[in-house]
Amino acid sequence: MPDLSINFAGIKSPNPFWLASAPPTNSGYQVMKAFDAGWGGAVWKTLGIPVINVSSRYGSINYRDTRMAGFNNIELITDRPLADNLKEIEEVKKFFPNHAVIASLMVESKAEWQQIIKDVENAGADGIELNFGCPHGMCERGMGSAVGQEPEVLQTIVEWVMEAANIPVITKLSPNISHITDPGLAAARGKTDAISLINTIKSIVGIDLDTYAPYPVVDGKGTNGGYCGPAVKPIALHMLKDLAQHPEIKHIPLSGIGGIETWRDVVEFILLGAESVQVCTAAMHYGFGIVREMEAGLVQFMNDKGYETIYDFKGKALPNVTEWKHLNLKHKVVANINKDKCIGCDLCYIACDDAAHQAIKLDKSDGNRIPEIIDENCVGCNLCALVCPVEECITMEKRDDGKSSVTWEERTLAGSIPTTFDDDLAGGKHHFVPSVEDALKHRK
Amino acid sequence: MGEYKRPTTAIEFEQNFAQKKPLMNDTEAYYESSRCLYCYDAPCVQACPTGIDIPLFIKQINTKNTVGAAKTIFDSNWLGNACGKICPTGVLCEGACVYNHQDVPPLQIGRLQNYATDKAIAEKRNLFHAGSDNGKKIAMVGAGPASIAAACELRTLGYAVDIFEAKDKPTGLTVYGIAPYKITNEEVLNELAFLQDQLGFVIHYNHPITSTKDLEENYDAIFLGVGLGPTAELNLKGEDKQGVVGAVEFIEELRMQHHKISVPDKVIVIGGGNTAMDAASESARMGANETILAYRRDKSDMGAYDFEYELAVGSGVTSLFNVQPLEIMGNGKANGVKFIKTVTENGRLRTVEGSEFIVACDMVIKATGQAKLADFLRDIDGLELDSKKRIIVNTANYQTTNPKYFAGGDAVNGGAEVVNAAYHGKMAAKGIHEWITDNG
Ligand SMILES: Cc1cc2nc3c(=O)[nH]c(=O)nc-3n(C[C@H](O)[C@H](O)[C@H](O)COP(=O)(O)OP(=O)(O)OC[C@H]3O[C@@H](n4cnc5c(N)ncnc54)[C@H](O)[C@@H]3O)c2cc1C
Ligand SMILES: Cc1cc2nc3c(=O)[nH]c(=O)nc-3n(C[C@H](O)[C@H](O)[C@H](O)COP(=O)(O)O)c2cc1C
Ligand code: SF4
Ligand code: SF4
Ligand code: SF4
Repeated sequence: MPDLSINFAGIKSPNPFWLASAPPTNSGYQVMKAFDAGWGGAVWKTLGIPVINVSSRYGSINYRDTRMAGFNNIELITDRPLADNLKEIEEVKKFFPNHAVIASLMVESKAEWQQIIKDVENAGADGIELNFGCPHGMCERGMGSAVGQEPEVLQTIVEWVMEAANIPVITKLSPNISHITDPGLAAARGKTDAISLINTIKSIVGIDLDTYAPYPVVDGKGTNGGYCGPAVKPIALHMLKDLAQHPEIKHIPLSGIGGIETWRDVVEFILLGAESVQVCTAAMHYGFGIVREMEAGLVQFMNDKGYETIYDFKGKALPNVTEWKHLNLKHKVVANINKDKCIGCDLCYIACDDAAHQAIKLDKSDGNRIPEIIDENCVGCNLCALVCPVEECITMEKRDDGKSSVTWEERTLAGSIPTTFDDDLAGGKHHFVPSVEDALKHRK
Repeated sequence: MGEYKRPTTAIEFEQNFAQKKPLMNDTEAYYESSRCLYCYDAPCVQACPTGIDIPLFIKQINTKNTVGAAKTIFDSNWLGNACGKICPTGVLCEGACVYNHQDVPPLQIGRLQNYATDKAIAEKRNLFHAGSDNGKKIAMVGAGPASIAAACELRTLGYAVDIFEAKDKPTGLTVYGIAPYKITNEEVLNELAFLQDQLGFVIHYNHPITSTKDLEENYDAIFLGVGLGPTAELNLKGEDKQGVVGAVEFIEELRMQHHKISVPDKVIVIGGGNTAMDAASESARMGANETILAYRRDKSDMGAYDFEYELAVGSGVTSLFNVQPLEIMGNGKANGVKFIKTVTENGRLRTVEGSEFIVACDMVIKATGQAKLADFLRDIDGLELDSKKRIIVNTANYQTTNPKYFAGGDAVNGGAEVVNAAYHGKMAAKGIHEWITDNG
C-alpha cells in the first residue's frame, strides 16, 4: 500500500483528498462525516462577516444524460454564526487530530483579518485559506474576486495575514482574470505559504424560456453565478500548470481545485504540480462516498507505476507542457479505421468532410457504410477518432520516421520560417481540396 | 420437432448453449457504466448477498480502473466472476436497481461484474497474496464455492488450507451443475486457477472423506462445504427402469461430456424448481424432439424463477401442470409415465380419481430435489441437523454445534445459489479466525 500522506506547506494530511470550502464543509457534522468516509482534509466553508443568502441558489448544465456536467451557484460565504463554526472546528479536531482542518476566511479590514485569524487559530485550525474568489455577491461589496482581480490589493491583504498568522496560509485564487500568474505573483510577493486554485468562474448557465430570467431564478430575476464542476477542469488544469511552471511561484505548494470527480482527475492535477486536491461539486452530487473511488484508483495507479508517495510523481507532466513553438513540426500521425470494429455510423466521414480536411471517403456502393481514410489528405487532426463512438476503432498511427525533428523556434533561429504557404499538410502540395462545384454534386 | 438440432460437435454444442450473458466489449462497458447513478446506500448493494460495492466498481470501470473494479468485486465475493454470469441478477442486484422504478432497464450489473473480473483473470493480475504463515491448519470437506471462498479468505489470514474433494474437479456444482448457457467449464476453472495461483490453497482431488476423525486430529478446524447429495428417490413404481435419471446426474454428465452424450426423442422432466427448468432447457437444447415439464401443482406454485421457466419455454419445452406421476411404464426400459390429475382445494393438493393417463417418452429426468448427506454428517460427534437435515450453524460465525466444525453453502441453507455459498464461506473463515484467535 503506497503512502498517500502529504505535508502541504506544514499542513499534515493522511491523504491529498480535501473538501473545498463550500456547502459540504458548512458544519462540523458534515466535516466529521467526510473524514469518516475517507477524506483527509476539509477547507471549512468561508468564515467572515455576516451575510444573508437567497433562496434558489444553484443552476446546472445537464449534458445529455449527464446531470451537473457544469454547476453554478450564487451563494455567499457562511451564514452560520462565527462562534458556532469555531466551536465545531474545535470539536472536529478533537475527534480527528491527524486530519487537516483549514479555515477559509473572507473579511475586509486589516483589523478584521487579524482578529479572525486569532479566532481560528485558537479553535485549532491547521491552516488558513484566503478566499479571493467568489465572483458573485461578495465582490459587489469589494471582497472575493474583487480582491482576486486586483493583484496589489491581494498582496496587501496577504501581507496583513502573514503578519498575524502562526499557521500555514493558503491563498485561493480567482480564475476571473487574464493571467493567473498576476495574482499568483502577488500572493508570492505577499509571502503566502501556499496557493489553491481555482475558485468559480463567472457564468450564466441558462435562461428560462418562459420568464426570460437566468438560472437560478430568484423571483423573476437572476445574477451571474460561479461556475464549477467537471466542465471547468480544463481551465483549472491550465491555470495550475501556469503557476507550477512559473520560476517565481513553482516553489510554492499548490492545491488543485476545479471539476475533480474521479481518480484520473486527481492524478492529472498531481501530475501538473498539485500536492493536494480539493473537491466541491462531486461531493455535492454524490456525497462523501465518492472519495472511495478516488482513493482506490489512486492507489491502483501508484501500485501499477511503482510510486511510493505522492511526491514521486508530483509535477511529472510539467516538463511535457510547453509552448507551441517547441513542438516537433516533423511529427506526423494519420487516422486508421479498424474495419472490424466499425459500426458504420459515418460520423467520422461527415465530420472530416464537412468540418475538417476531406480525408475520409465513403463508397456507398453495395450498401457499404464503412469509410476509408485518404492517407495523403489526413492531417492528423484527431477529429474522426474523437467523434467515433467505438472504443479504439479509429486510432492515430505514427507515420514519421521517429528521428527528425524541427520546431518553429528552431526554424526562426535558422531563418527558415516560411514566407509563402508551404505547409506539407495543406491544400496544394500532397493534399487536395475538392473543387467548389463538388459541394453540389448531390443535386444533379 | 424441437427447436434445436442435436449437437454433434463442440461448435454445435456451443451454439445450442450460447452464453446468456456474453462478455461486454469495452464500448458497451463504458456506455453501460456511464448510466450508473452512484446511488447513496445503494439498493443494488443491499440486494447482493455478498454486499459487493456495486456503484464503486461500476464507477471504477467507467474511469478505466478495471483492475480496481475487479479487486472491489473479489474483496466481497471470491467467486465474483462466476457470480456475474450465474447469479439470478433479476431477483438480486439488478432487480433492486432504482432504474426499475422509472421503467428504464436496470444496470447490467452482472455483465459489468464479469467484464471487470474477466479482464483481471485474463491478464493474470495479482490482486491478493497469502498472509504470512500463522502455523494453523484448516481442513475442508468438498471443493464447492463455499469451501473455495472460505479457503481464499483463510489464506489471506495466513492459514494453511487443505481441501478434500470426492470428484476430480473443483467448484462443486458451479462446474458440475450450472446450466452450460450460463457459464462454460473453462470460465469456472480459470477463476479457480486465478485464485489458487495467488493464494495457494491445496485441493486433494478424488479424495472422498468418509470419516472426519483423522481430520480432527490433524487440523485446527474443519469446514464442511459438502453441499447436497444425489437426486432424491421418488419412490415411484418403475423408478429403477433404464432411462430414468436424476437431474443433477443428468446435468453433470452433460457438463462433462457436452455433445458426446445423446438425449432421446421424447423427454419428460418431473419437477417445478429451477433445477427442473435447467434440465428441461438442457434436454431441449440437446435436440430432444419433445421435452415435457410435468409439475404436480399449478404453474404459479412452481418454485422456479419466472425467467427460468420462460427460458425453458423459449427453448421449446412444453408443460403439464397439476399432474402427479404414479408409475414409470415400460419393459425394463422406460417408455412412458402414468400421471394422475390433481386439484388444489383449501390449499391441499388432492388427486382426481379416475383421471389417470399415460404420456409416452424415452427418458424421464427426476428434478425433485437433492437428498441431504445426513449419514455422513450424523457421524460427526455433536453435529446437529435441523428437521430438514440441514447443518445448524450460528449465523454470526457459521460455527456448528461441534465447535471445531464450521459449515456453509447448500449443506446449511438446503440449496440456494453460489453467491450464498460464497458469502457463507467468507463469513465462516472470519468465524474460524476469531475462534482460533480466541482459543489460542
Ligand atoms: C442444477 C443446478 C443448477 C444450479 N444453477 C445455479 C445458478 O444458475 N446460479 C447459482 O448461483 N446457483 C445455482 N445452483 C446452486 C449452486 O450450484 C449451489 O448453491 C452451490 O454450488 C452450493 O455450493 P456448496 O459449496 O455449498 O456445495 P457444492 O457446490 O454442492 O459443492 C460440494 C462439493 O463437496 C463435495 N463433497 C461432498 N461430500 C464430500 C465428501 N464426503 N468428501 C469429499 N467431497 C465431498 C462434492 O463432490 C462437491 O464438489 C444450481 C444448482 C443445481 C443443482
Ligand atoms: C455552492 C458553492 C458554494 C461555494 N462557496 C465557496 C466559499 O464559500 N468559499 C470558497 O472559497 N469557495 C467556494 N466555492 C468554490 C469551491 O470551493 C470550488 O473552488 C469550486 O466549486 C471548484 O471546485 P469543483 O469544480 O470541485 O466544484 C463554492 C462553490 C459552490 C458550488
Ligand atoms: S437539496 Fe435539500 S435544502 Fe436543497 S432544495 Fe432540496 S431539500 Fe431543500
Ligand atoms: S465513426 Fe467509427 S464507427 Fe462510425 S463510421 Fe467512422 S470508424 Fe466507423
Ligand atoms: S441501484 Fe442501479 S443506478 Fe443505483 S447504484 Fe445500483 S446499479 Fe447504479
